[in-house]
Amino acid sequence: MAEEGSNEDGVVAEIEKKITEAFKVFDHEGNETVDVREIGSIVRSLGCFPTEAELHELLAKVEEEEPTGYVHLEKFLPVMTKVLLDRSYRPIPEDVLLHAFEFYPFYLKALDENKSGYITKEELVKHMTEEGEPFTEEEMEEMLSSALDPETNAVHYRNYISLMVVDETDDLPQ
Amino acid sequence: MGSGSSVNVNYKYSLQKSENAFKAAVLIQRWYRRYVARLEMRRRCTWRIFQSIEYACEQDQIKLHNFFSYLMDNFTPSSSKERDFISRMFISGESFKEAELEKYCDYESLEVPDSYTGPHLSFPLLPDHATALLEAFKQKQQLHARYVLNLLHETRKHLKQLPNISHVSTCYSEEVTVCGDLHGQLDDLFLIFYKNGLPSPSKSYVFNGDFVDRGKQSLEILIILFTFLLIYPKEVHLNRGNHEDHMVNLRYGFTKEVMQKYKLHGKKILKMIQNVFCWLPLATLIDQKVLVIHGGVSNTTDLDMLEKIQRNKFISVLRAKKRKELNRNVEIKEINGESQAEPDSAGNETMSSLPSQPRPAQAPSMANRVEFSRWVRQTVQEQIEWCRKLVDISDSEEEELTCSSLVSLTDLDGPCWTRQEEWKQILDILWSDPMPQEGCRENTVRGGGCYFGPDVTGKILEKYNLQFLIRSHECKQDGYEFCHNRKVLTIFSASNYYEIGSNRGAYVKLGPDLVPHFVQYQANKTAHTLTMTQRISRVEESAFRALREKLFAHTSALISAFKVYDKDNTGRITLSNWATAVESVLRLGLPWRMLRPQLVRSTADGMLEYKSWLDDLAMEQRSQEHIQSSLLEVIYRNRSNLETIFRIIDRDHSGLISFEEFHQTWKLFSSHMNIELTDDGINDLVRSIDFNKDGNIDFNEFLEAFRLVKQSQ
Repeated sequence: MAEEGSNEDGVVAEIEKKITEAFKVFDHEGNETVDVREIGSIVRSLGCFPTEAELHELLAKVEEEEPTGYVHLEKFLPVMTKVLLDRSYRPIPEDVLLHAFEFYPFYLKALDENKSGYITKEELVKHMTEEGEPFTEEEMEEMLSSALDPETNAVHYRNYISLMVVDETDDLPQ
Repeated sequence: MGSGSSVNVNYKYSLQKSENAFKAAVLIQRWYRRYVARLEMRRRCTWRIFQSIEYACEQDQIKLHNFFSYLMDNFTPSSSKERDFISRMFISGESFKEAELEKYCDYESLEVPDSYTGPHLSFPLLPDHATALLEAFKQKQQLHARYVLNLLHETRKHLKQLPNISHVSTCYSEEVTVCGDLHGQLDDLFLIFYKNGLPSPSKSYVFNGDFVDRGKQSLEILIILFTFLLIYPKEVHLNRGNHEDHMVNLRYGFTKEVMQKYKLHGKKILKMIQNVFCWLPLATLIDQKVLVIHGGVSNTTDLDMLEKIQRNKFISVLRAKKRKELNRNVEIKEINGESQAEPDSAGNETMSSLPSQPRPAQAPSMANRVEFSRWVRQTVQEQIEWCRKLVDISDSEEEELTCSSLVSLTDLDGPCWTRQEEWKQILDILWSDPMPQEGCRENTVRGGGCYFGPDVTGKILEKYNLQFLIRSHECKQDGYEFCHNRKVLTIFSASNYYEIGSNRGAYVKLGPDLVPHFVQYQANKTAHTLTMTQRISRVEESAFRALREKLFAHTSALISAFKVYDKDNTGRITLSNWATAVESVLRLGLPWRMLRPQLVRSTADGMLEYKSWLDDLAMEQRSQEHIQSSLLEVIYRNRSNLETIFRIIDRDHSGLISFEEFHQTWKLFSSHMNIELTDDGINDLVRSIDFNKDGNIDFNEFLEAFRLVKQSQ
């Protein structure tokens, strides 16, 4: 899906415009800076799936020498452009995600050996808040509010995934 | 799974397992965070859409200014009918002199029938009356017109003795609660009273303007606020907002609401309210340290001037348009709707007793357009004069004060301000917005007031020894927001303002320490049961509907803009150029590339076939298939202004205008907008409405037919 033919400069220019737009959505003061805590949202809404660790790496590159709590567009733009051109932090395909959900019960000898398609609330909470890059309480609550089936007190992850995987057009340049 | 015969194997195995657990967890977390971030982006984009459309609508006010100027300067009516028509636009909204008002809006002759089951008011009001009213409004009952008018009379009497700046002290009632914009959303007021308690000797309230417009229960809110104002005059304080203005009400729904609810007496009620609005105080000072105003300040804000001016002279923001080449006195008079015996341009004294309608002098030849223009202006001016005199039959104290209109009479030895300066003071207080950058510049988006920076705030706070400002005027996602280094607090009390789930409302409480405490809320049960995703989707849907309508309304301009990028006329443009072109036409400052997936569904090789895209947008306007699409476009683009003009013309607020007037309006407007509109075109329009009222058109019906975004309330 070529945007401006095979002109490389055109591709870069288009990427830069996109990044700038996304950045400005979070630029409350209209002075081309955003709160450092919003960088994650910006990077992710541009189509990337970084881990927290990867995000911290990126932040280190765009923050000021003396951390002010703000990130300037002029520092962010070149770094993010490279990220998009290099296709770092690629998206996770739906089936890989499915496997991850199926993974737990198998190793825990818990409920879902038969791959019945659900995992209990307790299990999910335990692993999301203790393993990997743990969720905050807020993140856990929010996930449960939409994922949990109150009748069974379990997460039917197949449904959940298909509901949540947004049909996005991948409009990164090929 | 191994049976664990050797320790080594077990160890390796559990290491593997925890590694995999880690990886799996990270995978899910990564994905989930990505999902939340996208939601956050969507939420902010949606917010931006609503805000930019709201402010673009306020720009319509400027367009209306320009339209009137255009009329004054350029339009040459071809018949006396046309001339009458135009002059009616200018004298509409004339305010009555005080004595006339009492007589016209008399309530004593109104009988309350036995069949009336609503609340009865008697004066002086008691707390029981307030609770009865609250209960009645909860049951969707309506207060009888007699009581409404009586209440308005009493309110006016009370407000007249109040200074321009109210003073509140936290040592009397320990806490003061400040509420922001309510905009006719009665449920929010109920919620505030429920959470915070009713006004009482131990509970002070400041309501910071914009009680009316947009929401459907503006009148009920006014009734409740005025009732509490009269019962607890020391504890309840009202500030005027920019929507406490009858010309603004014509556009934003309050006028319509009153006329729908009070078909017989609505006009009287509106006249009274128009006057009451002018008497609302302009600001409130808490403990001499916190200034509460509706909009903001400017670099010329002068509290001393504000305290001294005659605030009731500022009737409406729309009426102070400067007109070129006119005598200064006439201009000032026009600004304030006062009347004096003034020599007309020809230098003749106009009669002071009831004059007969002046016959226009012989029109000069059309060939000399300058002459002709001047003649038109003069003739229109004469008509205005005449109408004004008809209204102004008796002397009132108002006239005494105004004869030396350039001097503030309370302080003859003091500073002498021009009406223009005074007018700007009030305009700035009611219409300004804070901005992050330093400085002070004109607020072109709203068409009034200015944008003020942190330096302006700093200077005001220093000059008057204040701690911070509280203002409203702008919708905030969380109901409140600080800016200017916590020196300016915006408080907004209308929750779900754009759509269910769009924002919370809030109020702020201040004790003697003047440390603000906030309470947030959302007055809609549905909002609570929705998940974050559902809430965001719903608001988003609403925003995009409005945006698509806006796009449709600019079809012709968009096609022209697209063609610039499609010189070979292939009918296709790149998505990148699409974004640039759309911004150049709509000028909403939106992140079009982020919004594109929601607006443009199908692309081929990254190219968009723009004509069919625009056709799809047009298809959404289902109900009006038989109307020519370019005409539809015009209507959509100017609907707000058209509505306002209709209401101005419809002086008795009947909701009906004659076919003739309807025709006139269209002709005027289309000539101003440089649109080709034939008589056939207008007839098509008319035929699309079911008008069955003897050659009169119900313009509400007409406008409803072109309303795409349905009110969900």
